[in-house]
Amino acid sequence: MKQLLVFIKKEFYHVFRDRRTLLIMFGLPIVQIILFGFALSSEVKNIHLVIADYSKDVKSQKLINKIMTSEYLLVEQVNLNYQEIEQEFKRGEVKGALIIPVNFSSDLLHSGKSQIQVITDGSDPNISKTITNYLTAIIVDFQQQEALSDQVPALLSIQPEVRMLFNEEGNGSLNFIPGVMALILMIICTALTSVSVVKEKEMGTMEVLLVSPFKPVFVLIAKAIPYLLLSLANFTLILLLAVFVLDVEVRGSLLLLYLESTLFIITCLSLGLLISNVTNSQQTALLISLMGMMLPTLIFTGFIMPLENMPKIFQVISNFIPSRWYYLAVKSVMLKGLGFSYVWKETLVLTGMTVGLLSIALKKFKVRL
Amino acid sequence: MDQEKVIICKNLTKRFGDFTAVNEISFDITKGEIFGFLGANGAGKTTAMRILCGLSFPTSGEATVAGYDVYKQQEQIKKNIGYMSQKFSLYENLTILENIEFFGGVYGLERKEIKRRTEKLIDTLGLQKEAKKMVGELPLGWKQKLAFSVAIFHQPKIVFLDEPTGGVDPVTRRQFWDMIYEAAASGITIFVTTHYMDEAEYCNRISVMVDGKVEALDSPRNLKEKHQVTTMDEVFYLLARGAKRSDN
Ligand SMILES: Nc1ncnc2c1ncn2[C@@H]1O[C@H](COP(=O)(O)OP(=O)(O)O)[C@@H](O)[C@H]1O
Ligand SMILES: [Mg+2]
Repeated sequence: MKQLLVFIKKEFYHVFRDRRTLLIMFGLPIVQIILFGFALSSEVKNIHLVIADYSKDVKSQKLINKIMTSEYLLVEQVNLNYQEIEQEFKRGEVKGALIIPVNFSSDLLHSGKSQIQVITDGSDPNISKTITNYLTAIIVDFQQQEALSDQVPALLSIQPEVRMLFNEEGNGSLNFIPGVMALILMIICTALTSVSVVKEKEMGTMEVLLVSPFKPVFVLIAKAIPYLLLSLANFTLILLLAVFVLDVEVRGSLLLLYLESTLFIITCLSLGLLISNVTNSQQTALLISLMGMMLPTLIFTGFIMPLENMPKIFQVISNFIPSRWYYLAVKSVMLKGLGFSYVWKETLVLTGMTVGLLSIALKKFKVRL
Repeated sequence: MDQEKVIICKNLTKRFGDFTAVNEISFDITKGEIFGFLGANGAGKTTAMRILCGLSFPTSGEATVAGYDVYKQQEQIKKNIGYMSQKFSLYENLTILENIEFFGGVYGLERKEIKRRTEKLIDTLGLQKEAKKMVGELPLGWKQKLAFSVAIFHQPKIVFLDEPTGGVDPVTRRQFWDMIYEAAASGITIFVTTHYMDEAEYCNRISVMVDGKVEALDSPRNLKEKHQVTTMDEVFYLLARGAKRSDN
């Protein structure tokens, strides 16, 4: 046990003296979150919007005029039918559409309630959200004005019915956060651990360690523990950045979030150890970790492109990618505020993967040369 | 019990596929002896040494190290030996003190004991000023001396040195051998490989390995007499000229 502590201490020396590693470890999440933060807060101007006005009366025209004065929305065409709108979306320039139904004004006049439809391009969740927010704000404003100027019912209510085209589930922009978490934990745990073990092989120190009475398995444990702790610190950093820079709200249990993350970190560590056991050079280890692990994380978790829109075969493959399950778990716990009963399946899959990977890694670990 | 045998090797063989790297080598090494393990590059020195250190299993033959069997008791062997590998094997981005502390700790020494021995070691090496420097900043000669000191830090029964003086200048090599003598005098058995023939003269006994086989085994003096030459260089040349393996 004492030997293990000595070893762990040594690993920390390595980490803290290697500026490059430190920079990757703590710079990466900061850069990613900040970049994303900017993307979120930088206001998008001149978003192309089309309007289909079936109501064609004073009230609807009033609303349209109001929208047209907005400096953020560029209203392109008025009076399109539904097919034409869909065409516009497919051409890609138009990001949003507003449909005012025939009985918009009459409904408003008689019952004080009316519906309009907002359609946005869901493949661009960021802009999609922006449009919805702007339009909602404008409509609320319009309502109040109407309520004041008109003698008709004081409680006017226009209900925007929002639909996100191409991304019906509404994979919102916040999904980026669990994605970044999965990505960064993957990079740190898998790449850095594998490199640090392979480095000992390359430097010849592994040989000296194997000649010592230190238990070989302890080498792996001693390597894994510092990275586990560092990863948890890193996860905390991402979480803090998300909460304080991006104003993301952690809806679910923080404890559950940490437990799921610890589990995922262990999965990644096992993967890193496995990689280090089958390679002999730092470059190879790094390459396998980055290409073999990061790319699938980007593609298959679904945080860049919704998985539902991918070919069937991709969806099947995604089941074998650990980060996909972690991503789902974090999304459920952090963004949706769901409890353990909703993520037991993800937890089970990750646990299974960890046990599998770890036993292969231990089996492949060459105690002898 | 002065003649206690600490390493016994009988027909030890190691094959990699059809290639026989170590071919039926046999020798006994006595406690406190400085045993030179000579051979050209590729002769099989490192391979044989790794077996004796419990780093790999032999294909056939028998060997005991410090009384323990190389097949079944590798764990016990490891507790009784020190090892300095062919590659420089201290951590370059740790200081001298941290390296000593780490390896002392890995061998399970008590904190207090590590401290006590470290102070003594730094004193004898005259490294007081450098103690907090990164090992990577030291000149090669110093690194090698330090690596040797670390290898015997836990006071093993036997220390295995694989080409410890490779690439080191003659003066430092001389100093290095002084350290080896000192260790031997304290009762540590030295098993050292080298291809510097002048160093062979410093050993009590040497074996000359050619293409995986031990071709000669005796004291340097007897070997020179037997082959009627005046230097070990010539002995080595006579024995190794038929060698098929070489790096080039
Ligand atoms: N793991 C291995 N697999 C295959 N061949 C090996 C292995 N290790 C060493 N050899 C071969 O065995 C021979 C002896 O190597 P080695 O013991 O390192 O020689 P030395 O230390 O005397 O220079 C060399 O030809 C080397 O290529
Ligand atoms: Mg060698």
